[in-house]
Amino acid sequence: MTFENRDIISIRDLSKNEILHVLKTAKKIERKPNPNLLKGEVMASLFFEPSTRTRLSFESAMRRLGGEVIGFAEPGTTSLKKGETLWDTIKMAERYADVIVMRHPVEGAARLAAEAAGVPIINGGDGANQHPTQTLLDLYTIQKAKGKIERLKIGFLGDLKYGRTVHSLAIALSHFNTALYFISPEALKMPDSYLEELDSKGIQYYEETDLLKVSKKLDILYATRIQKERFPDPLEYKKYAGVYKLNRSILPHIKPSLKIMHPLPRVDEIHPELDDTKHALYFEQAGNGVPVRQALLSLVLGRVK
Amino acid sequence: MNKKMLKISAINEGTVIDHISTINTFKVAEFLNLKEGEDVVTVGMNFESKKLGKKGVIKIGGRFLTKNEVNKIALIAPEANINIIKDYGVKEKFKVEIPDVIKGIIKCANTNCITNKESVRTKFYVLCKDPLKLRCHYCERVVGKEEIGLV
Ligand SMILES: Nc1ncnc2c1ncn2[C@@H]1O[C@H](COP(=O)(O)OP(=O)(O)O)[C@@H](O)[C@H]1O
Ligand SMILES: [Zn+2]
Repeated sequence: MTFENRDIISIRDLSKNEILHVLKTAKKIERKPNPNLLKGEVMASLFFEPSTRTRLSFESAMRRLGGEVIGFAEPGTTSLKKGETLWDTIKMAERYADVIVMRHPVEGAARLAAEAAGVPIINGGDGANQHPTQTLLDLYTIQKAKGKIERLKIGFLGDLKYGRTVHSLAIALSHFNTALYFISPEALKMPDSYLEELDSKGIQYYEETDLLKVSKKLDILYATRIQKERFPDPLEYKKYAGVYKLNRSILPHIKPSLKIMHPLPRVDEIHPELDDTKHALYFEQAGNGVPVRQALLSLVLGRVK
Repeated sequence: MNKKMLKISAINEGTVIDHISTINTFKVAEFLNLKEGEDVVTVGMNFESKKLGKKGVIKIGGRFLTKNEVNKIALIAPEANINIIKDYGVKEKFKVEIPDVIKGIIKCANTNCITNKESVRTKFYVLCKDPLKLRCHYCERVVGKEEIGLV
């Protein structure tokens, strides 16, 4: 297994051992950070679509290991506005940086960028498709909170149709012996192509519309935002937003050890009154973005084996 | 096929595509862009066949298909056979086959795929040949036969 000079585009590109190696590396870095590990390396941070968490945590990850960051946070400030192709932008950026982190609104953009670039590309999200670093930090969070990933019952709640974090995490979890519970309104169900992929790997999963029917079984509940951008019709959005709002009334229906995760930002899926309960894992989850991204940067730059 | 028909459409050299199901015959012909006057072409339909019930045959005089064209025919009519005719005889005969990776000949059904935004050669991995199911190398969307468009 070698990560040096590799692109991180899709969770599908990583084997179970490779995923575990990233998690192990993140743990080591978190325990004993070396502020000079990435000294002399430059990361280009190309955000063709705005993002807060992903961009800030990548930049923080790089800087805390002694690396430099260049880039842009919005396409409006670049020559893209003048119609430069993605290919050309990447061909330019690879000459200025040792690694490129990018987010782009078009699906497949990161894969194409990886074909253009000689330096490693890390996908920070390509449209509705992939966001592998989010998936890895989700796995890291589960492992850290539960001490394992195997033999857990993991529920996914909300928009399972458009939520790419759910899709990628489900695919990643298919390497492990877990049971998955997909809880969503009928119209926002997990797409068939993902269910078929889980079937082909022999993964146990259940589909449910009523959270309370399964909530007591769960070890992890992964809530998602119902994204306004994904609905062409605002009335449709209103109908589904907040169908599964979590608040204190859920407490009698869950295990004391249940952990609630959320990729953030939340709108009103999780009431702030749950924030100081032992169930809330979402802020820690966001924080885990830093060690996981530090691990990925160090691995693809060949500074850590 | 009876002797008389073979006589009418016998070709010296070229390609005969046969064992095509009736519904796919015109699709294949349309894709090959068989125009009158260019090559000597016969499109025959509704021949009795044990396997398919009724079958279609397309004969193209003076033209051999490229590998790419054969792959496209495999996507349109996976049941088809290709016969290479030389010197009025069948020199080679093979069944079309859907390759494991398809490069360049189909369009991604996802309008927000990078291949539909920039000039990129498409690439698909064949997940299943029957029913046809492909995964786009770029956007990772899974598409079925009804959704794919040929380029
Ligand atoms: N010289 C020719 N000109 C046109 N069509 C031909 C010629 N020779 C054979 N064919 C056609 O090519 C196909 C394959 O021929 P053949 O191998 O003899 O028959 P089959 O595969 O039905 O046993 C048939 O549809 C036949 O009519
Ligand atoms: Zn695509």
